[in-house]
Amino acid sequence: MGVGMEARNLNAWFGPAQVLHGISMDMAANQVTAIIGPSGCGKSTFIRCLNRLHETVPGARVEGKVQVGGNDIYGRSVPAVEVRRRVGMVFQKPNPFPTMSIYDNVAAGLKLNGFRNRRELDQIVEHSLCQAALWDEVKDQVKKKSGASLSGGQQQRLCIARALAVAPEVLLMDEPCSALDPISTSKIEELVFELKKDYTVVIVTHNMQQASRVADFTGFFLLGYLVEFDRTERVFTNPADKRTEDYVTGRFG
Amino acid sequence: MTRTRFQLGLDELKEKLLRMGGLAEQAVDRAIEAYGSRDPEASEKVFRGEQSINMVEREIDELALDLLAMQQPVAVDLRFILAVIKVNADLERVGDQAVNIAERARDLAGLPAVELPADIPRMAATATGMVRQALEAFIRADADLAQQVLGSDNSVDRMKREIEAAMMAQMKQSPASARQALDTLLIARNLERVADHGTNIAEDVIFWVRGADVRHLGPGTPATPLP
Amino acid sequence: MPENRTPTSPASSRGLRYWWRLLLDRVVTVLTVLCAVLVLAPLVAIFAYLVYRGIGALNWAFLTQTPKPVGELGGGMANAMVGSAIILGIASVIGVPLGIGSGIFLAEHGNQRFAQLVRFTADVLNGVPSIVTGIAVYSLVVLQQKHFSGFAGGVALGIMMVPTITRTTEEMLLMVPNIVREASLGLGIPRWRTTLSVVLRTATSGVITGIMLAFARVAGETAPLLFTAFGNQFWSLKLNQPMAALPLQIYVYAISPFDDWHRQAWAGALMLIVLIVGAVAAVRVATSRGMVRGAA
Repeated sequence: MGVGMEARNLNAWFGPAQVLHGISMDMAANQVTAIIGPSGCGKSTFIRCLNRLHETVPGARVEGKVQVGGNDIYGRSVPAVEVRRRVGMVFQKPNPFPTMSIYDNVAAGLKLNGFRNRRELDQIVEHSLCQAALWDEVKDQVKKKSGASLSGGQQQRLCIARALAVAPEVLLMDEPCSALDPISTSKIEELVFELKKDYTVVIVTHNMQQASRVADFTGFFLLGYLVEFDRTERVFTNPADKRTEDYVTGRFG
Repeated sequence: MTRTRFQLGLDELKEKLLRMGGLAEQAVDRAIEAYGSRDPEASEKVFRGEQSINMVEREIDELALDLLAMQQPVAVDLRFILAVIKVNADLERVGDQAVNIAERARDLAGLPAVELPADIPRMAATATGMVRQALEAFIRADADLAQQVLGSDNSVDRMKREIEAAMMAQMKQSPASARQALDTLLIARNLERVADHGTNIAEDVIFWVRGADVRHLGPGTPATPLP
Repeated sequence: MPENRTPTSPASSRGLRYWWRLLLDRVVTVLTVLCAVLVLAPLVAIFAYLVYRGIGALNWAFLTQTPKPVGELGGGMANAMVGSAIILGIASVIGVPLGIGSGIFLAEHGNQRFAQLVRFTADVLNGVPSIVTGIAVYSLVVLQQKHFSGFAGGVALGIMMVPTITRTTEEMLLMVPNIVREASLGLGIPRWRTTLSVVLRTATSGVITGIMLAFARVAGETAPLLFTAFGNQFWSLKLNQPMAALPLQIYVYAISPFDDWHRQAWAGALMLIVLIVGAVAAVRVATSRGMVRGAA
């Protein structure tokens, strides 16, 4: 089951440059929250602050609170590694581990953290691939076929399975479909709709139609500020802020 | 990104709708003139004008459908196109009412003239005034002006009830002129419908401009935005 | 320009420029092929000559016996071949972990001052003449132990392997795209585990190439072994005793006045090349079988 996520007054820097200004946002449990905005508005940076990946860049800094199920992931004694197990991520370009088989890819998060039980691993791998709607296509070759030999859309679903295998509570998706063709995109959007039954999903997208198709809530970012955050229907029928309206109607992009 | 192609489509839609409004208003005016002048030729003009109204209605619907399908409009643009489609339908109905009035007028022209206590021209002026004001609000995207139209509906309803009562009394008192009274009563009802369409148009303008659905709420309800 | 399109007009009407470009293309192709041939030719020539000179003395006795005393005919370089293998084994045990470890360190912390110092040191070490390395190990190990030893030989060669392995490992690790690291970190895999089990694993093929390069280079080194392993005419498998090595044996036989020894030196040189090439090929085969089939 998913848990809710709240950002409170989140600020982020790359060296001296501040890229996020006081972002406060609620990402409701078992709902899909989309983040839209023009290039450079900070949406990728924001999502990478939600699983403490932003701080892995040299010179990057974060201030503020992010709560997952009530616990601040930036708390003093909270290890980043632990956070990333609870908050999974799927990236823009499908990135399966190139030298590993499909099975090893999905199991990587568990195996490389010391999980040993072979039978349980088999079950988890199968379950994750089913959840990612990839099992039927690869079930005969999970151990033989390399992760990198799949098509783009399949690779991305593999990455989703890999992220789900560690049983996160929140799934972050950074423009997961921008490198995919329309059919693969639509399969993944269907997947997101199914996934929200069990997980909380936060998806960054530069495609507004995708946000309107897939998301329950939508946040509009501009130049590192959160301009508007509301139910998706509201943002796309009658947004409160003129800047939001200009963006969604394509007056600027 | 200025979406020129889209903007041109929106402009064309607006222009066509205004032309539609002009045709509809003109039809009602001509029908009332036919009533006043008892000239069958005037009624014929209204019947002939119906064709153009129907043609423009089809054009507007087609253009709106194309823009929806191909431009994926959202927010204010989407509300605008939806409003245009509805206003289009209302204006076409206004044209239909004008035809009905013209038919009654032609009927009256063939009957002996009778002095009746019904101020049709005044009612017509109010009703068409409402439609005109609503269209003005549409041109100017003025939700406040549209709000005023909502208030006028009551007076038209009152006028209709008065004329109805007067004509019913007339039919009882002098059965010889029952048909003229009936025709007049029907014209009053047609005009009341015209006023209703004017109200609808005003509501659609408010929906477009404010994103507020004020239908069926009555003139006193403030326009609050959709939840 | 009409010449830019695929010619559909008859040849006679194609311009001069067309024929000129065709000629230029052919000439450059021939030149590049020639360069490739010139590069390969010495290698092929050397190998052919080795075979020609050495094949005669290559027999079962050569491969299984130790050198005979001066004056006696026959004998072999069995002890030298085994000795080389042992010394290279020690060198690898020392050089490979140190090299890979430093390579990982440089890849992960490459921008710090200390890392730049390490990198500079490795490059300098790469340029140190092998005989100097030999002398250094002589004073550090041989003098302390008060005898020549196979172990000291291994140390000397191991030190020589480190810079190559370090730099190649660093390059290969840096070539792994960052998204692979991020994918691993995003799963909650700690950084050290990411580096070892994911990044290094992705770069394995390149790292092994680096190791093979270093191995092939030190396998033929003679000078450092002069002061460390020293050579041995008899069977010696003890690490703290002087040990025979192929390059040493070849050297000793080659500068001797005996024809029989000269012939054996040629055979030894041939065996050295064969063993090095064989070792590299064997490693390639072994690692390629380990990789998953179908990897792009």
